[in-house]
Amino acid sequence: MNDTPAVELRDVTKRYGSLVANDRIELTVARGEVHALLGENGAGKTTLMRILYGLTRPDAGAVLIDGRPVAIHSPKDAIAAGIGMVTQHFALVKPMTVAENVILGATDGMRVRLDVAAAKVADAAERFGIRADPLARVGGLSVGEQQRVEILKALYRKCRVLILDEPTAVLVPQEVASLFAALRRLCAEGIAVIFISHKLHEVREISTRVTVLRRGAVVGTRTTSDVDDRELALLMVGRPTLGVQRPSAASAGAPILRVEALSATSRQGLPALRHVSFEVGRGEILGVAGVSGNGQTELVDLLCGMRSPSAGRIELDGTDITGSKPAEVVAAGIGRIPEDRHAAVVGELSVAENLALEHLSEFGSGPQLDRRALVRHAEELIQRFTIKARPDDAAVTLSGGNLQKLVLARVLSRDPKAIVVSQPTRGLDVGATEYVRGELLAQRARGAGVLLVSEDLDELLALADRLIVLYEGQIVGALAAADADPARLGLLMAGLFHLEPVA
Amino acid sequence: MISLRLEPRAAPARWLGLAVGPAAVVVTFILTLGFVVAAGASPIQAYRTFIVGPLTSRYDGLEVLVAATPLLFTGAAVAIAFRAGYWNIGAEGQLLVGAIAAAWAGTVVGGMPQVLAIAVMIGLGALGGAVWALGPALMRIILGIDEVVTTLLLNPVALLIVTGLLNGPWRNPVTQFPESREIAANAHFPHIIPDSRVNLGLVLALVLIAAAWFVLGRTPIGLRLRATGLSPDAARFAGIGVERIILGAALTSGAMAGLAGVSLVAGINFQLTDGISSGLGYTGIVVATLGALTMPGVILAALFLGDLVVGADSAGLELGVPSQLADIVKGALLLVVISLLVLRRNRIAIRRGTEAKGAV
Repeated sequence: MNDTPAVELRDVTKRYGSLVANDRIELTVARGEVHALLGENGAGKTTLMRILYGLTRPDAGAVLIDGRPVAIHSPKDAIAAGIGMVTQHFALVKPMTVAENVILGATDGMRVRLDVAAAKVADAAERFGIRADPLARVGGLSVGEQQRVEILKALYRKCRVLILDEPTAVLVPQEVASLFAALRRLCAEGIAVIFISHKLHEVREISTRVTVLRRGAVVGTRTTSDVDDRELALLMVGRPTLGVQRPSAASAGAPILRVEALSATSRQGLPALRHVSFEVGRGEILGVAGVSGNGQTELVDLLCGMRSPSAGRIELDGTDITGSKPAEVVAAGIGRIPEDRHAAVVGELSVAENLALEHLSEFGSGPQLDRRALVRHAEELIQRFTIKARPDDAAVTLSGGNLQKLVLARVLSRDPKAIVVSQPTRGLDVGATEYVRGELLAQRARGAGVLLVSEDLDELLALADRLIVLYEGQIVGALAAADADPARLGLLMAGLFHLEPVA
Repeated sequence: MISLRLEPRAAPARWLGLAVGPAAVVVTFILTLGFVVAAGASPIQAYRTFIVGPLTSRYDGLEVLVAATPLLFTGAAVAIAFRAGYWNIGAEGQLLVGAIAAAWAGTVVGGMPQVLAIAVMIGLGALGGAVWALGPALMRIILGIDEVVTTLLLNPVALLIVTGLLNGPWRNPVTQFPESREIAANAHFPHIIPDSRVNLGLVLALVLIAAAWFVLGRTPIGLRLRATGLSPDAARFAGIGVERIILGAALTSGAMAGLAGVSLVAGINFQLTDGISSGLGYTGIVVATLGALTMPGVILAALFLGDLVVGADSAGLELGVPSQLADIVKGALLLVVISLLVLRRNRIAIRRGTEAKGAV
């Protein structure tokens, strides 16, 4: 067995203007190991992996694969060098099927045998325990399902180095377990896995070694079994973290948001929600658990006014708002924090303009937009929500955390009666996550009813008073947070509710 | 082996933003050099005639304003629609329908006071352009049909209506030429500069462009329109009636293009002819793009292209080069501007194959 590392990065440096995204990074990944890359947002993990995958050119440094220096100028070079990557932003052709996407760019010969490809995809899906219908159109899949296709794609290309950028964010515990099992199988075959994550317990469970990045530099590489969570967390953030704790003994008030027998069809015309009914009380956080693609997107869209139900009723504070348009929903008193922050913000407009976008009519003096009022409003919210930006900055220049704060500020400053929030901390670093969760708890304390849709079970368990679980568009379980644990939720989310006495 | 490829810049290059206009002009002249030489002219002489020539005499200088007037309308029309993310390629057809409406109105307002007669023409011309823009806009909003195709295809339809009218019911009874009867004298746009053809149309264009600049930049409606154009999904999420904004932008754009037709009928030709536009609607796309879709930019670009049009005419006379040379320059200019806008967001990476081996 030769001990040449599968990947070696030497002195890799990347600057963006005055910002040093990667500062003389040294990293070695051995064959057959899962090497975790841990760090907050902006620590430089993604930049480093983009360099390795040929998406970004470093200013200095060298990449060695199997001990040989290689020039990686494009993902094509990277794939040829045996590197595969699953990024947070998918590179899928939406009108094509899963099988077509998987084989795209990896075909040889003149003919494309789609039936063979579909069988191979089904086989790979089975082998690695990643559920995907080879003939489904990718455009109709949820974020989570699309990510599975990306993982399959990289595996199909027989990569010897697999980069996974937060792969587990959209998987249920059972699926995470089978993904991890698959990774272990890959490792046994000598494949190196680079695993980017924020989640310490995952890093602990799957990785052999862990390298921690902070502010673009490596602050340490440890053998996972030799290091405790506290040390890793300290390395990562440079300060001890405290989890947000939900004050106990919620006295949920009268229902503020009522949903009655709500049904909806998906964009493909298939039933996506079936007779869903629930209530959210004042001062209560109702968590919605479920693997993505089980009706959450449709539920959130309905409550945000972005789609109309096929049947059922939505009531806010006793008023029927079924089928209302976005502007009417906002006016009725629902605050909306969507899953995709970029879909809520116009990147090229300024922070001030985005903060006012839902209530522009309040910033007019006559027909004219009052620029000074716009800026004053923005300065106030920037201060109150500690957004690191100036009113005139284009929203697109903000980091993920600050962009989410912008959305929060726009919504929460209106003191909404109810808040519909989806994946509020996805992709955020520890500090921003704590901040967002703290704000949601503050809204609960204020008396707002919060519907929290999340694929992060830790988040649901930390914040929610009650939980419902969606599976194939139906509520398959409703339980108090005190009775919930990941194993039980995981069973429900995986559709194994017959093993579970439904509450 | 040397390879070239585009790599996205971290941020749009600011220096290129400012330099797009002048750089485009210089690059275009270099690119069109061959055509000028082939036409048998000295390049320096030709460009002096093209660009500087029109500005050296009072008459030609004022003719630049005349040539720029319809371009101000069509350029602003295209810019307004594009800002809303509605790709109106139909300014040409909308201009022609505006001209038809104005030519008809001009013949029936004979007995009215001048102010009223002109107002009726302006109103009907704008309405005509808007009506021509309505169909594609509704098809886009309700059925999701791409407006690039529908607006473009309606352009020749409008031209066929013009030629149909001029060869049929509207044929001039006096001359028997395919041109409409002259409009009533009280419907003529008054000249605003003595001894020139510069007329009310220029003032109308500048006033409307100033209004558009104000609405786009300073009002809630303008912000909603920009948000819709930049990110329709986020705009819809924020409660903006994206469909209404697009419809409004499309109709405003059509009306604006229709007014270009009015300015030609009431200010220059005083009748409808089938060559009344000769591509002014399409040139509006060049103007809007060259002006970076901003209203001040549209004014500068329209003046520049007006200069080029007048210069091309005198180049034909003085140097004996074909006036189509101006079209070649115009086309090259558009391509160069678009290329520079791409370069603003991307950089060209040059690599030599030998160097690429070994080191990253």
